[in-house]
Amino acid sequence: MSDTNQHSASFVRTESIPEREPPYAASGPVKWARDNLFATPANGVLTIVAAYVIYLILAATLPWILNGIWSTSSLAECREILDGTTGACFSVLSERWNQLLFGFQYPEELYWRPSLAFLLLFVAAAPVLFFDLPRKLLIFTALYPFIAYYLIWGGTILTPIVAILGCVAGGYVYQRFVAGSFAAGFFGGIVAALVVWNLGGLLITEEANEAAVMTAVPSRDLGGFMLNMMLGVTCVSLSIPLGIALALGRQSSMPLIKWICVVFIEFIRGVPLITLLFVASVMLAYFFPPESSVDLFLRVVIMITMFSAAYIAEVIRGGLAALPKGQYEAADSLGLDYAQAMRLIILPQALKISIPGIVNVAVGLFKDTTLVSVISMFDLVGMIRGPILASTEWNGVYWELLGFAALLFFVVCYGISQYSQWLERRLATDHR
Amino acid sequence: MTTLTDPPQQTFRLSMLINDTRYRSMTFQAIALLALIVSFAYLLNNLFTNLAAAGLNISYDFLGDPAGYDINQTLVEYDSQSPHSQAAIVGILNTLLVAFLACVTATVFGVIAGVLRLSNNWLVSKLMSFYVEIFRNIPVLIWIIIIFTIMTAVMPAPRAFRGDEPEATMLLGAFAFTNRGVYIPAPIWGGGSMVVVLTFLASVVGVLAYRRYATNLLYATGKLLPMGWPSLAIFFVPTILMYFIMGRPITLEYPELGGFNFRGGIQIGAPLIALWFALSIYTGAFIAENVRAGIQAVSKGQTEAASALGLRPNRVMNLVVLPQALRVIIPPLISQYLNITKNSSLAIAVGYADITATLGGITLNQTGRAIECVLLLMLFYLTISLSISTVMNFYNKSVALKER
Repeated sequence: MSDTNQHSASFVRTESIPEREPPYAASGPVKWARDNLFATPANGVLTIVAAYVIYLILAATLPWILNGIWSTSSLAECREILDGTTGACFSVLSERWNQLLFGFQYPEELYWRPSLAFLLLFVAAAPVLFFDLPRKLLIFTALYPFIAYYLIWGGTILTPIVAILGCVAGGYVYQRFVAGSFAAGFFGGIVAALVVWNLGGLLITEEANEAAVMTAVPSRDLGGFMLNMMLGVTCVSLSIPLGIALALGRQSSMPLIKWICVVFIEFIRGVPLITLLFVASVMLAYFFPPESSVDLFLRVVIMITMFSAAYIAEVIRGGLAALPKGQYEAADSLGLDYAQAMRLIILPQALKISIPGIVNVAVGLFKDTTLVSVISMFDLVGMIRGPILASTEWNGVYWELLGFAALLFFVVCYGISQYSQWLERRLATDHR
Repeated sequence: MTTLTDPPQQTFRLSMLINDTRYRSMTFQAIALLALIVSFAYLLNNLFTNLAAAGLNISYDFLGDPAGYDINQTLVEYDSQSPHSQAAIVGILNTLLVAFLACVTATVFGVIAGVLRLSNNWLVSKLMSFYVEIFRNIPVLIWIIIIFTIMTAVMPAPRAFRGDEPEATMLLGAFAFTNRGVYIPAPIWGGGSMVVVLTFLASVVGVLAYRRYATNLLYATGKLLPMGWPSLAIFFVPTILMYFIMGRPITLEYPELGGFNFRGGIQIGAPLIALWFALSIYTGAFIAENVRAGIQAVSKGQTEAASALGLRPNRVMNLVVLPQALRVIIPPLISQYLNITKNSSLAIAVGYADITATLGGITLNQTGRAIECVLLLMLFYLTISLSISTVMNFYNKSVALKER
């Protein structure tokens, strides 16, 4: 065959032709724009409308932001400098920065303490959030609540130490007896911790609190974004164990336990958070013993924790229900008792399924901490609407302050939701 | 051969309460019941001790006393001499009003944003995800305050509408956006307007009846009647005819500038608008996500199978995709409605007179009846939530996949 070819073909190309560029309209940005922006006439109209909307938004905000003034001490001064041109008075942020973050009553010379606690929060949260980090860091995470308490509230160092000792005693008793029966270990641990706390409480006196190296700061002096962060972190971390307990209770085969949990969950989910905060501010004090004085912060923490626990319980119940029945049966057939089956087989899988839901609840809860401004606690929103907008210097600076608050919440909440998506991908063990 | 004898009857021992599964759950429940009773007794004891110490008692008599405060946005008769119970009813109606309005608009925003987020158009889908992320990640309280500020600080005062060359003009000569709220035309129901309204209601029924008749005819005989334009005709023509036959009984009263303020028309206060709009766009972002998830949950094979059967694209959407997507969308949608109702309690932050602001706010502060007011408030919200979730359970049962 090759012979015939040699005669018939006068020319055979030996190397391939260099590739030609695709037509201009079928490659690069033009093709992309055709495919994604102007695929059909209707699509083109949509693109133009969307571009116009974006232009309107940018035209309204960009000059205002870029022309912003950062260093004046009052609105009048700022308006004078702007002299009728559009521009933001961001100087309210720089001048009231500390108030926005710490509230207006926290002693100024002590700002380093909550700031340090905030930085340490990242160190403490890191091993929980990222599994690749050395497990030993969890020791610091366990100590963090006590350190943070000591840094923010101050007072005598005996308070956190007694609290740690109580937890250590409880943990020891639990370890000692859990092999025999989970219930014995669990309740024994609680009793041991309570005993140590009560005994240690005798050591902590008012005088010790006042003579302490770290000046004591009462809860009512807390405020600003710090208050939102504290409420969010405390309530979420407290409500996860409570939520697990409620979810397990709701699944329980014991009718009484089940109905207690159902009533609690449905009641809490049926009422708005504001009414629960009203309970915290005007009603809850009546339910404590007359001689005790539980401050507003603690009452709010109790109510918000109950609130988010009910929602987390529903999320975890979904996770428990999503597990195949075989998992429960497998655990039973291995001869594990209820506590072992839950701890070793069921909960690790159910919690993994529930992570996105739990993060959603956590983000929602963090946003809801702004509601405490309604019961006259001065969180970030409370500070803006109260002391700052009411002051003579800054009466009328709305957008800079509200925009700042919105930005802070956006950064935190968006960050958490991005983390949750990363975690979901990370934990996905199925091959898809 | 061996004979089986009955196992010896075990006598009851105390340790069986813990170790025997037949009795263990009873033991635990008895302990739980005891703990519950003790803790309730403890709390109630504290409550009554504290109340006695403060010289208070639990009584709902205050509901009959005159409220002594004014409410500017009411749906029913109310003045400052009305009892507290009447103020609470005004509050309940206001809550329901704003919740209903916000549910409707939030659904509209959410469906539009959710569908557009799936658009092939890159710019539009990015713009919609920007909307969803921005609104989902910022507290609704901040949105309410922002929109309230727009309503009160940016909108012109009524006097800006005055003069030959006013700074502000009314939209279409009928809508006035002022810092005291929005004024819209009010309908005036003249004689015979009842007939027009009844005709309208009858034509709505007529549209539904026609569509059902056409569907049944299609299924029974395969004959396809047009649906679109006859429905429109039945919907509009009789009402418009009747309107002119009765001599145009329904007229509009336009708001007009008089004195320092607008007169006539309907005034929608700034707090209501702020709450309504903020709840709508905030919840709309959540609904958009539900809608998107619902549409994406319908597998692509369904669309392709329907196309392979020869259905046209709009029929694929109406007959195949939407019914399956709605099954996924509606339960979270209803819980978003529930969230709107609960979030409407934030009205207290902008001074809209909903139940939280009247009963839980002014009444509570005036009478000092904290426990009674908060309990009534919770009872109201619980009733709403439980009735909505009952409805939702019924719906879920009716659309659940029938599996064998």
